[in-house]
Amino acid sequence: MAGKNSSEPFWWGLFSAGGVVAAFLVPIHIILTGFALPLGWISDTGMLYRVWWVKIYLFVLITLPLYHWAHRFYFALNDMGLKVIRKPLAVVCYGGAVAGTVATLWVLISV
Amino acid sequence: MISPRPDKSMLYYPKMPATWWLRKRSYFLFMLRELSSVFIAIFLVVLLVQIYQLSEGPKSYTAFAQRLGSPGWIIFHAIALLFAIYHSITWFFSTAVVLPLRLGKREIPRNLVAALNIGAWIVVSLVILYLFLSLKG
Repeated sequence: MAGKNSSEPFWWGLFSAGGVVAAFLVPIHIILTGFALPLGWISDTGMLYRVWWVKIYLFVLITLPLYHWAHRFYFALNDMGLKVIRKPLAVVCYGGAVAGTVATLWVLISV
Repeated sequence: MISPRPDKSMLYYPKMPATWWLRKRSYFLFMLRELSSVFIAIFLVVLLVQIYQLSEGPKSYTAFAQRLGSPGWIIFHAIALLFAIYHSITWFFSTAVVLPLRLGKREIPRNLVAALNIGAWIVVSLVILYLFLSLKG
């Protein structure tokens, strides 16, 4: 990733923003959709996910931590000795996050 | 002009075994923190799939939510929640180090900055809970 025209600051910015979003917002959402709904503590038909500003919130909630994952996973695998394949690894990690962003946009527009 | 980066072939790269992170507790905790992002990402993908069910109607959405009540999914979410909380806490403490806050000339103690972050985290979580309960259909 290093070089004269390094894109690292760009990815690092997304990584950092994703870290903040994941730290503040994700745990309560795991409690809500992982426990409260499936175990019947509360009932919901998902209508709130069709509110426009909730969709904007969901876009931020879902996409930014994906870039956080991409950055951490990429460097963790590098540190675990996969440096030899770091280029395809970067494509899988950062490309995965970009694909996730497109998929999120598509789902939020279509529901 | 002098090149800003040295010739890579001249650099020394220490050879590390792939299992270096198992040697020390702090290294292991570092790897666990890195791993937390994997569980957070999987959770978010599952959330996205659940929201996608709405395109087939609310019944499909609630059926999906019920499927998440199976023991396997509950265990997954329990692990994901522990990792997410681990990420939150380590993130707040590292923020306190990376972005030290000052009051006049004095630096606010890092533990206090982390505590303020944790307080804000609890408030934000309660606001989301409140909004979810008031908006849900």
